[in-house]
Amino acid sequence: MLKTSSKEMLGKLGPLLGLFLIVIVITILNPSFMTTDNILNILRQVSISALIAFGMTFVILTGGIDLSVGSTLALTGAVAATMLASGIDPVLTILAALLLGAILGAVNGIIIAKGKVAPFIATLATMTIYRGLTLVYTDGRPVSDLGNEITFQMLGKGYFFGIPVPVCTMILAFIVLYVIMHKTTFGRRVYAVGGNEAASKLSGINVDRVKIAVYSLTGMLAALSALILTSRLNSAQPTAGTSYELDAIAAVVLGGTSLTGGKGWIFGTLVGALIIGVLNNGLNLIGVSSFFQQVVKGIVILIAVLIDRKKTA
Amino acid sequence: MIEMKGIKKAFNRNVVLNNVEFTLLDGEIHALMGENGAGKSTMMKILAGIYSRDEGDVLVDGQSYTFTSAKDAESLGIHVIHQELNILPHLSVAENLFLGKEKTIGRTGFLRTREMNKEAQTLLAKLGLHIDVRQPAGSLSVGKQQLIEIAKAINSEAKYIVMDEPTAALTDREIETLFDTIRELKAKGLSFVYISHRMEEIFAICDRITILRDGEYVGVREISKTSFDEIVKMMVGRELGERYPSRDAKIGEVALEVKGLTCPAVCKDINFQIRKGEILAFAGLMGAGRTEVAQAIFGNLKKSKGDIFIHGEKVTIKSPIQAMKYGIGFVTEDRKTEGLVLDFSIKENMFLTNLKSIAKGSFIQAQQEQLQATKYIEQLNIRCSDATQSVGSLSGGNQQKVVIAKWLSTKPDILILDEPTRGVDIGAKKEIYSIMNKLAEEGVAILMISSELPEVLGMADRVIVMHEGRQTAILDNVDLTQETIMNYATGGEEVVKN
Ligand SMILES: Nc1ncnc2c1ncn2[C@@H]1O[C@H](COP(=O)(O)OP(=O)(O)OP(=O)(O)O)[C@@H](O)[C@H]1O
Ligand SMILES: [Mg+2]
Repeated sequence: MLKTSSKEMLGKLGPLLGLFLIVIVITILNPSFMTTDNILNILRQVSISALIAFGMTFVILTGGIDLSVGSTLALTGAVAATMLASGIDPVLTILAALLLGAILGAVNGIIIAKGKVAPFIATLATMTIYRGLTLVYTDGRPVSDLGNEITFQMLGKGYFFGIPVPVCTMILAFIVLYVIMHKTTFGRRVYAVGGNEAASKLSGINVDRVKIAVYSLTGMLAALSALILTSRLNSAQPTAGTSYELDAIAAVVLGGTSLTGGKGWIFGTLVGALIIGVLNNGLNLIGVSSFFQQVVKGIVILIAVLIDRKKTA
Repeated sequence: MIEMKGIKKAFNRNVVLNNVEFTLLDGEIHALMGENGAGKSTMMKILAGIYSRDEGDVLVDGQSYTFTSAKDAESLGIHVIHQELNILPHLSVAENLFLGKEKTIGRTGFLRTREMNKEAQTLLAKLGLHIDVRQPAGSLSVGKQQLIEIAKAINSEAKYIVMDEPTAALTDREIETLFDTIRELKAKGLSFVYISHRMEEIFAICDRITILRDGEYVGVREISKTSFDEIVKMMVGRELGERYPSRDAKIGEVALEVKGLTCPAVCKDINFQIRKGEILAFAGLMGAGRTEVAQAIFGNLKKSKGDIFIHGEKVTIKSPIQAMKYGIGFVTEDRKTEGLVLDFSIKENMFLTNLKSIAKGSFIQAQQEQLQATKYIEQLNIRCSDATQSVGSLSGGNQQKVVIAKWLSTKPDILILDEPTRGVDIGAKKEIYSIMNKLAEEGVAILMISSELPEVLGMADRVIVMHEGRQTAILDNVDLTQETIMNYATGGEEVVKN
């Protein structure tokens, strides 16, 4: 018997094939798509949404969902920006923002695991709460004048051997998360909880702890995105990250991860995020109106999901 | 008459049926037997149009058919009741009965609920089931759900009914009702395919038997002209010998003691001890509260009263994690919902209970995992292509062995097994008994819940009988008879003998 059936392999490579197809079509329609500058530009844009989507993959694998990521991004970004503006050390700021993200995520996890609230409802509520807190905290105004500490500037605007630092961050995060997901006991537990929660509990897995951990991780990754975004814009907007949760969920689904949990992989999510990034950029280049772009993006997601249904049927 | 000829089926490249034949005459009850993974369910899924065949022919009354869906087969009167029941727990009994065949007012889509309820009531009454058809089907016992499945088949005017291990979760009384129903329907000209691992049942009800081994056709026999030993030999390919292997365990000090265990509404004032090296069986009818006692000991069910002592020390167990810390293992009753992650491979399931054993720090050692998994596959004789096969695609009995392997890997001091041989073939049963014996000999205290009385009598040192949440007897397994146990299980007077 084959190790993985050919059907399964096709399922895994499907998103990648889709990405290539889209890239080829766009390149034919507008060759200027395929320039180093443009590609790096796309990657830099993708890095922010990809980081969030990575976290979302873990959450969705456990059978959950996190709608609060965009608000978490806004709140952590605003806090980091005010810290910098008041002259606090950038490294300390970064660590504080990441910690805050993890705490906001843990709150989601605790409500869901201990309070037994459906993830959709719990994070719908915290999405509103975190956004509200951001507005209260910033008084609804952007935070700017962050100073020009090089450490912080690098995060969003720097280059490392010609590659934008956000892209390096994304790649590094991908590698670390890939290893966690596929090579560690924690990753195994994440899949198990999503695959069969009752059996996991009876196998002695601390299901609550796994859930709290994945939401914390997602919160922390949202904070990392927030830092990159804040650095790039040199300011924090209280409305930042609105509807980012939808892009993240779309990337996860495009990558072939099942919304019912237990099945999927993070490589797919990376590809999914790239598909969305390429579409955003490419549709602009070939002159599709921004209103119509939304329609195209929606259709692509639908097609991907329909193909996925066929595959599993 | 149904004829299946030269059936071949492979999954990927794994051939699971090779040139198999099967003939079902009108008005007969035909047993289909074979070890776990022999291909019985696959054969019937081909008949039902769920799987396509690679080669061979299916003839109904002499005419060849290729079914592409269960609907096709049903239109010819072939109805399969699968090993995994198709009951929707939240729908009412009547809604389940009429699922897909609802009666409506004209074509409006408005349901004739009252009419359907009435019809359902009469239909079930004929099967000896007097229940309110408006209650959710999920609230019924598995046995009653099984009867609903049969009612569904009758309701769809089936001529041929396939039952894949219908009695695996039934009580003796429910089995009697089921058999009466089958005999009655047979008299009306219906035919049955009857799949079961329980030899007693085959002899009680079947007319002929077809035997498969490893996806190959072995032969067909008249029940009246064959014997227990011949069938076993045809299935296993060799003599099996003693059904219940003997053990030589030294019974040591008390490993687990339960005092006054009470859980609201399910069990009351349970008291017992198990010693090292001892096998203590919990007998009783389905729903007597045995599983709940086990769940409470394992910390998966809240108890309102009672103390648990392990090796003489009083302990608090509030979760499976704590139970495992005290060396307790728990092979759960329902492998699909509580035992396995069906999407996981064999090896991924095996070590969920003990990820540490295959990891260095937080990192899983893939090689170690593969090696250990292969060891358990060999030890338990699990039929599979390799350790990476998903457990969802294993036959029922082999899934059960994976659940057992899960707990062997934790090296427990106290092992609770809830219906450990449900749906397991005769050879594998013996293997499981041997494993239990070996564990007992190594000093493990074993608590076995079983509804199969021969198994209880064959394996246990002592037997606790439960009736409606109460413990009605503790019996030494000396000159013990099924009748005595049944007497206590159905509510005989309270006698405690230790
Ligand atoms: N969907 C599938 N994909 C891959 N292999 C399968 C699939 N379904 C069944 N098999 C394999 O086919 C073989 C026969 O399985 P089947 O379920 O027919 O056995 P069975 O005789 O019904 O056993 P049991 O008594 O345990 O129910 C097994 O080895 C099983 O692993
Ligand atoms: Mg079967």
